[in-house]
Amino acid sequence: MPELIAEVDRLSLVIEIGGIPARLNATDPDFLRMLEARYDGFLSASDSVAAEFDVDLSRPNFPDPEADVRVTLTSGQWSLERGDFRAQWDPRSGRGAIRQSANPYSIDSVLRIVHTLVLVKQGGFLLHSASAVRNGKAFLFAGASGAGKTTISRLAPPDSTLLSDEISYIRKQRDGYLAFGTPFTGELAKLGENISAPIAALYLLAKEDENRIEPIASVEAIRSLLANMLFFADDPELVQLAFHSACEFVDRVPVFRLTFVPDARVWELIG
Amino acid sequence: MSKLYIARSPKLAARALDGEMMIMSGTDSTLYTLNKTATIIWQAADGKTPLDEIVERRILPEFEIDAASALQDAETLALDLASHGILQVSEEPITQPKPASGEAA
Repeated sequence: MPELIAEVDRLSLVIEIGGIPARLNATDPDFLRMLEARYDGFLSASDSVAAEFDVDLSRPNFPDPEADVRVTLTSGQWSLERGDFRAQWDPRSGRGAIRQSANPYSIDSVLRIVHTLVLVKQGGFLLHSASAVRNGKAFLFAGASGAGKTTISRLAPPDSTLLSDEISYIRKQRDGYLAFGTPFTGELAKLGENISAPIAALYLLAKEDENRIEPIASVEAIRSLLANMLFFADDPELVQLAFHSACEFVDRVPVFRLTFVPDARVWELIG
Repeated sequence: MSKLYIARSPKLAARALDGEMMIMSGTDSTLYTLNKTATIIWQAADGKTPLDEIVERRILPEFEIDAASALQDAETLALDLASHGILQVSEEPITQPKPASGEAA
């Protein structure tokens, strides 16, 4: 008589972004191969991970596929929901589960959310900004859609290295902040390089008819930083931490308004 | 109007910058910037000191305004801040575990 319960092979890979590894376990090798290709350059052999998820690709059939993301904390466990996925994550054990279809976008969103939850406790954050390294220093270019993140990334000179054209990864250090490359892409659909560098400046982008850099007041800098910070958690304590992180970042990193004509000369002002 | 007592709401993050106070609501992430007068009142909102005393001690020495007008303006402002969840307003002294700090932690 055959065994009634068959053991299912559980396969896994580790994706390390910003120096923080997360393991994904699944039973579908094709799905993991897709993720290997998607996160090429960010795969890790690390045994010690900050987060680990079992991914269930069984037909999700969620009631409202268009539902917005919702992140809530109940009894110490995070619940992450959107129209296309459901996930739980226990920050104490680092263990969690994701239910979604076999697509790379849901996992990408879960990773972004989990990284924001990990970073906010450390004074770091994800920022809607392009970022690049030049002469050993990282520069961030923040703005809403249409502000010029993709344009400034496309215009980046050969002696610079793109960290991201859409989502920058920022970690606090003892004496400043580091920006890390991310696989979170925007219109360029090009993964950032998996490197890091100390952040020298944050530029708030605006397209105009001349290239100009102007300092801005701290209040405006904090307001703009918060407006561009990725933050999903419906949790008062973390909102307070995010606010203080923004204040501290503005205390320590110069913030400027960068108005620019969309051609390569803008990079003459940077680096 | 009877005496009003005001206290900073919990679940707020606040930071003084260039003489103004930036306050972020922890419940809906709304960001507020208080002007100088509102900042003085918010910083003095300890739940124990009546608003008329705050006006007398903190507002009148700073601004050229008569006491009655200052108190009326302060009451309007306090109720407005309360409507945004930034302040708690009561006709009795307010005790709470630990109000939001006036500076970033």
